[in-house]
Amino acid sequence: MLIRQAPDITSSEITPESVYRQRRQFIKGLAAGGALLMSGPAAALSRAALDDEQVRYPGPDWLQQKLRAATQSAGLSTDEKMTPYEHVTGYNNFYEFGLGKGDPKAYAQSLQTDPWSVEISGEVHQPGRYHLEDLLKGIDLEERIYRLRCVEAWSMVIPWVGFPLASLLKRFEPTGNARYVAFTTLHDPEQMRGQRSRFGTIDWPYVEGLRMDEAMHPLTMLAVGVYGDALPPQNGAPLRLVVPWKYGFKSIKSIVRIHLTEQMPPTSWNRTAPGEYGFYANVNPAVDHPRWSQSTERRLPSSLFSPNIIDTQPFNGYADQVAHLYTGMDLRKWY
Amino acid sequence: MVLSVAAVHRHSVGRWLFWSLIFVGSLLPLGWISLQAVQQKLGADPAQVIVTFLGIWALRYLWITLAVTPARRLFGLGWLQRYRRMLGLYALFYATLHLLAVATFILGWRPDLLVRELTERPYIIVGFSAWVLLLPLGITSTQGWQRRLGKRWKTLHWLVYPIALLVLLHFAWLIRAGYLEVLIYALILAFLLGYRLYLKWR
Repeated sequence: MLIRQAPDITSSEITPESVYRQRRQFIKGLAAGGALLMSGPAAALSRAALDDEQVRYPGPDWLQQKLRAATQSAGLSTDEKMTPYEHVTGYNNFYEFGLGKGDPKAYAQSLQTDPWSVEISGEVHQPGRYHLEDLLKGIDLEERIYRLRCVEAWSMVIPWVGFPLASLLKRFEPTGNARYVAFTTLHDPEQMRGQRSRFGTIDWPYVEGLRMDEAMHPLTMLAVGVYGDALPPQNGAPLRLVVPWKYGFKSIKSIVRIHLTEQMPPTSWNRTAPGEYGFYANVNPAVDHPRWSQSTERRLPSSLFSPNIIDTQPFNGYADQVAHLYTGMDLRKWY
Repeated sequence: MVLSVAAVHRHSVGRWLFWSLIFVGSLLPLGWISLQAVQQKLGADPAQVIVTFLGIWALRYLWITLAVTPARRLFGLGWLQRYRRMLGLYALFYATLHLLAVATFILGWRPDLLVRELTERPYIIVGFSAWVLLLPLGITSTQGWQRRLGKRWKTLHWLVYPIALLVLLHFAWLIRAGYLEVLIYALILAFLLGYRLYLKWR
């Protein structure tokens, strides 16, 4: 198989200038106080919030080095209380490893996440299959603390480490015909026990998609880390999408293929239950799931006798940044 | 084994021992989940785990109660009959705890959310209806009520069959993916109800 080097472009060239100017690199002092205005080493990341007892997923050395050099992106981060590491990495929907929330952590640890290659195909001038390490060359990692709202009406606050999807797409030079981006998760029943189940409702591999403007939006990121460390397999190692204004299932995990296309691509949950899950899947408290309400959510971890119920925000609280993408669209129809 | 259990039941001490065993044994699921909750071993969303756990045990006790008659007829386990009421009451017990857990741990007794769930969510309406129908069966399960209602008692308690179907529908309706578990319970129920039809029409 031909493994190509990623085109060599520096990050300042591929980051949109407006975003680049906006980007402030904050480091939070270890003393619980204010933030110091400076660009800092990775010790500044939310990694510091972890106690040393936590077992973390090591990830390959090359990734660790990149993670150590990551900076914080305070401008795009929420300052809400973060969901503890053990819950972020212990409570997952990743049906490739089983239907239970604890299954991914229990059964994903042996997933081979390095070496990993990603195929870039379709409407791009530089198609090919690339090693993840090469794909990330010249890309600076940054931490962003995002809200994650699951379609099941629970939510978390998670410090991802990654980079804007836009910066990756641009270096492969999308053609004028590229209107959508389709993503595919690894299909490997030997490693993914959930894909061997005969009673599932999802056709493997899992597929997702975004409209081009959604994909190029500065909030849309590809994550390779969480809490300052490598992404564990149960969270979608080694490469996952994070689209914070959409329900969690849009943020596809363990990506092996990114395909640019002119046609709206199929998406797994939409294929499984078209009446319940649309292509857009924007977080919307006004449009209920046919079987349950989306107007509130339980922020995890939720204590038993005073459940942490909060009102769900349109576009998961990112309406100011993304609502304009959907101007003129009936969001009841395009759920 | 079958003979010896029957023999044990000829003595009052043996009957008392068996009654205690089933009574205490049926509290074990509740004890286990409570311990897990207190020790904070239920992960990020203990509410959901507890609710699901109590719901599935309510269903299991209902199925076990419905299994008494077939077990008696097919395997000659006549002694089981004397525990049927207790097993049925445990189904109501776990169903009630399930309901209280939803209201407390998931909805925090917020009136607006309670009203919304009970009026807008079909699977909750179905599950709640099953509980409402189960309640009079529990209340009239005593010998006093049995005497007072006479023939009507049997008619009333025939409701357990539609209740079981409502419970199955409630369970199936909230599945997002993976129908294996609900399929297994559906097959068991099909047998339990089918056997009764067979007895009636053979």
